[in-house]
Amino acid sequence: MDLRDLYRDVIVDHNRSPRNFGRLEPADAHAEGVNPLCGDRLDLYVTFDGERMRELRFEGKGCAISVASASLMTETLKGRTRAEAQRWFEAMHALLTRPDYQPTFDLGKLAALSGVREFPARVKCASLCWHTLNAALARSSQPVSTE
Amino acid sequence: MSAPARQSRERTAYDVERVRADFPILAREVNGHPLAYLDNGASAQRPQSVIQAEARYYEHSHANVHRGVHTLSQEATAAYEAAREKVRAFVNAASEREVIFTRGTTESINLVAQSYARPRLKPGDEILVSWLEHHANIVPWQLVCQQTGAQLKVAPIDERGELRVAEFERLLSPRTRLVALAHVSNALGTILPVRELIAMARARSVPVLLDGAQAVPHLSVDVRDLDVDFYAFSSHKMYGPTGVGVLYGREALLESMPPWQGGGDMILTVTFEKTTYNALPHKFEAGTPNIAGVIGFGAAIDYLLGVGLERIAAYEHELLEYGTARLAAIAGLRLIGTARAKAALLSFVLDGVHAHDLGTILDADGIAVRTGHHCAMPVMDFFGVPATVRASLALYNTRAELDRLAAGVERARQVFR
Repeated sequence: MDLRDLYRDVIVDHNRSPRNFGRLEPADAHAEGVNPLCGDRLDLYVTFDGERMRELRFEGKGCAISVASASLMTETLKGRTRAEAQRWFEAMHALLTRPDYQPTFDLGKLAALSGVREFPARVKCASLCWHTLNAALARSSQPVSTE
Repeated sequence: MSAPARQSRERTAYDVERVRADFPILAREVNGHPLAYLDNGASAQRPQSVIQAEARYYEHSHANVHRGVHTLSQEATAAYEAAREKVRAFVNAASEREVIFTRGTTESINLVAQSYARPRLKPGDEILVSWLEHHANIVPWQLVCQQTGAQLKVAPIDERGELRVAEFERLLSPRTRLVALAHVSNALGTILPVRELIAMARARSVPVLLDGAQAVPHLSVDVRDLDVDFYAFSSHKMYGPTGVGVLYGREALLESMPPWQGGGDMILTVTFEKTTYNALPHKFEAGTPNIAGVIGFGAAIDYLLGVGLERIAAYEHELLEYGTARLAAIAGLRLIGTARAKAALLSFVLDGVHAHDLGTILDADGIAVRTGHHCAMPVMDFFGVPATVRASLALYNTRAELDRLAAGVERARQVFR
């Protein structure tokens, strides 16, 4: 196991300076995500322009993987549609959990998270924001859990 | 320490390498490095003698206990009950009837909550705990409060992670029906001044339960000297098997309590009209127990006494002082929990590096630590941190391992610089 696969420069950078960090009020959709194992939590806010997500922001506390993942997710999905978000969710889920997965489209900076799958204990850190996004898009107000 | 058995058997210098050789798992590598196991507060490792005791039982004497006239059942029963006597002597209980085997500390506390507290509590009654408690000494009381209308009161701590004793005393009210406290905090290592706290409760005729899970591997515990009413602890934190714990209870209290679980072994006679219960301690041991685990636990006690509790405590204290100095010298590192009386446990956070990331980076070096809230979320809230890294030390840890811990923390700083 090589730590450089996990803590790539782009991840360290997005952890140190998370993009789209903060509240968004009023938001069209909001969800809270919790990882009970480590106590990570994040609030995700989304505003829409029709089907398109105009803005995504998040705030919360977490490890470098969870913060960088949320930062990269919000940066990547800004301006994209709900349907696209679903496609990204599925691709990221596969990237984080399937060793043999080959993306069918360019994941951009999010590909940097592929190293996480070598660290099974950390997969939930990276996937927390994506599960939270799903909950927000379902307009759920219940906290979601990765457990 | 009055019992001769707890006196150190050898007065020679503490030979940690000899101790390490007793623990087969310490020879393994993790991620290409020798294992440095610093997660003993979660669960300690087992010496060969414990592993052998369990294996020997299965290979040679396995049968159910307290049930058969055949040879194996008698051997199993004798070994099981011999372990109970070892536990009795280990905590200096007055009688084997006061030693109940459970699945662990958690079950021991739940037993007291449901069998002692629940029938007695009335709406408005109070149970007093401290801010330092493990969830296992919070949630069972919350459940019984919901069941009875009683209230949970919480004695505060200070910035060192020490209990505010005067506040504790103020919270002992005419409605306090039970005090439940950690003997040693699992998240911070604080050793509570339990003798003083028990005396305060006793002066008001309030019974006291101590959660001793983190105390028994590090301190000599004498329940009669402490004058404590209930004392709960686990085998696996003191080098014994998992799935075995103990509830010590004063005999008169245990006698007054109804059985908690019904089943085999806890009865004398059963008809569909009326069942009479077995005597202590069997009244609280329904069903087939973890026989092999209990026998292994007896071997763990033998092992601890063989090394010598006082020598272990002195060695671990040395390690604690060394580790504290090593970590305190690291820029941006904050020790969480700096009680003056402390077990060998180092809980800390590092500026700009989340505990979880630190845990992964240390694991890459073969160093096992706990990261997270340590099942003590209120403690984390008090210190304003979501999680800490916890290095909890045992009798086989070394200064070299603490050097590796410090080097690993420095490396983590480099990763996130």
